[in-house]
Amino acid sequence: MADALTAAYALRLGDDALILSHRLSEWVGHGPELEEDIALANTALDLLGQARLLLACAGEREGRGRDEDALAYGRDVLDFSNLLLVEQPNGDFAQTMMRQFLFDAYAVALWPRLSASRDEVLAGIAGKAAKEAAYHVEQSAAWVVRMGDGTEESHDRAQAGLDLLWPYAGEIFEADEVEAALAEKGIAVAPSALREHWQARVGPVLEEAGLAPPEGAGVRTGGRQGRHSEHLGHLLAEFQFMQRAYPGARW
Amino acid sequence: MSRTEEARRLAEAVPDPEIPVLTAGDLGLVRMVEEDGGRLVVRLTPTYSGCPASEAIRRDVEAALASGGFADAVVETSLAPAWTTDWMSEAGKTKLAAYGIAPPVRGPVSCPHCGGAAVEELSRFGSTPCKALWRCLGCREPFERFKCL
Ligand SMILES: [Zn+2]
Repeated sequence: MADALTAAYALRLGDDALILSHRLSEWVGHGPELEEDIALANTALDLLGQARLLLACAGEREGRGRDEDALAYGRDVLDFSNLLLVEQPNGDFAQTMMRQFLFDAYAVALWPRLSASRDEVLAGIAGKAAKEAAYHVEQSAAWVVRMGDGTEESHDRAQAGLDLLWPYAGEIFEADEVEAALAEKGIAVAPSALREHWQARVGPVLEEAGLAPPEGAGVRTGGRQGRHSEHLGHLLAEFQFMQRAYPGARW
Repeated sequence: MSRTEEARRLAEAVPDPEIPVLTAGDLGLVRMVEEDGGRLVVRLTPTYSGCPASEAIRRDVEAALASGGFADAVVETSLAPAWTTDWMSEAGKTKLAAYGIAPPVRGPVSCPHCGGAAVEELSRFGSTPCKALWRCLGCREPFERFKCL
């Protein structure tokens, strides 16, 4: 049954997971130590699994015959609906872990609530993702504290990551007609309902880390509507290269 | 043995491609086997969302059912309730420990080599999504631990 709103919602969540997964995969072979290289790759793999389930769901609800691969490899930058936060470049390890923590704090707020969705497929995906996100946030929060409360160098890098990424966090709580209509039906979680839970997770960790959000920072939004930063195009150029050059290639 | 019992036996005997001492049955992946209008339906649950072994197990279950006389069987994926290591059988946990991997027991971890309790976590992640890296302070051997999920 075609259901454009649920398709759009699943696509948003799936794009978040897909793009962040790709960003983390860029670290493979470059991690600061072997254990962290493995941790980043494992987190990327969990996110890729979530992305596949969500994109497959979006494709089915859309009812236009597009499967997860068609959606991942066949859309142009304007058709991606991920948060701007997840497409931001890796920067140094501190910046990567800060981006991960700000996202994980959102994921652990979202997934347990979405697992009570009236949509059985979304609820099932969310129930699995909730367990994975709970593990991820322990890792990213621990690194934010370790670097923020570490040496002067690590503190400054963690603070610089926070200054850079904080303006993108506000987009997490924005809703347009897609979330509003679905939240009313008990299918989606209203993003505004997540703010309090997100802040309860982020605040104490930043405090323990000795880090402070930048004052007077604005909010950068537009990702949900396809208005992206320059970074997403570059990411997709690499991610989609093979399917663009050799459409339908398999191995 | 009924048709559904026989199909369940075949599906549950399929080994995990990454930890071959464990079967799909040991892992608690076979959630349902039923006949739906003469058609046999087997429902499997994945471990981690992105675990590549899940797809391999699904293909292997399809092949095992086909060669066991269930050529028309349909293998479906079931996501809810989400898989938990609490579904791992006791036999599975024993086999894991004998294989050198600390099983997913909630509570203190012990060394699968010497049984020692003085152990520490080296990395919260490991060679597959389901495992973490540990080491024993008694026998000094590193080991993998199947994470509780
Ligand atoms: Zn030992």
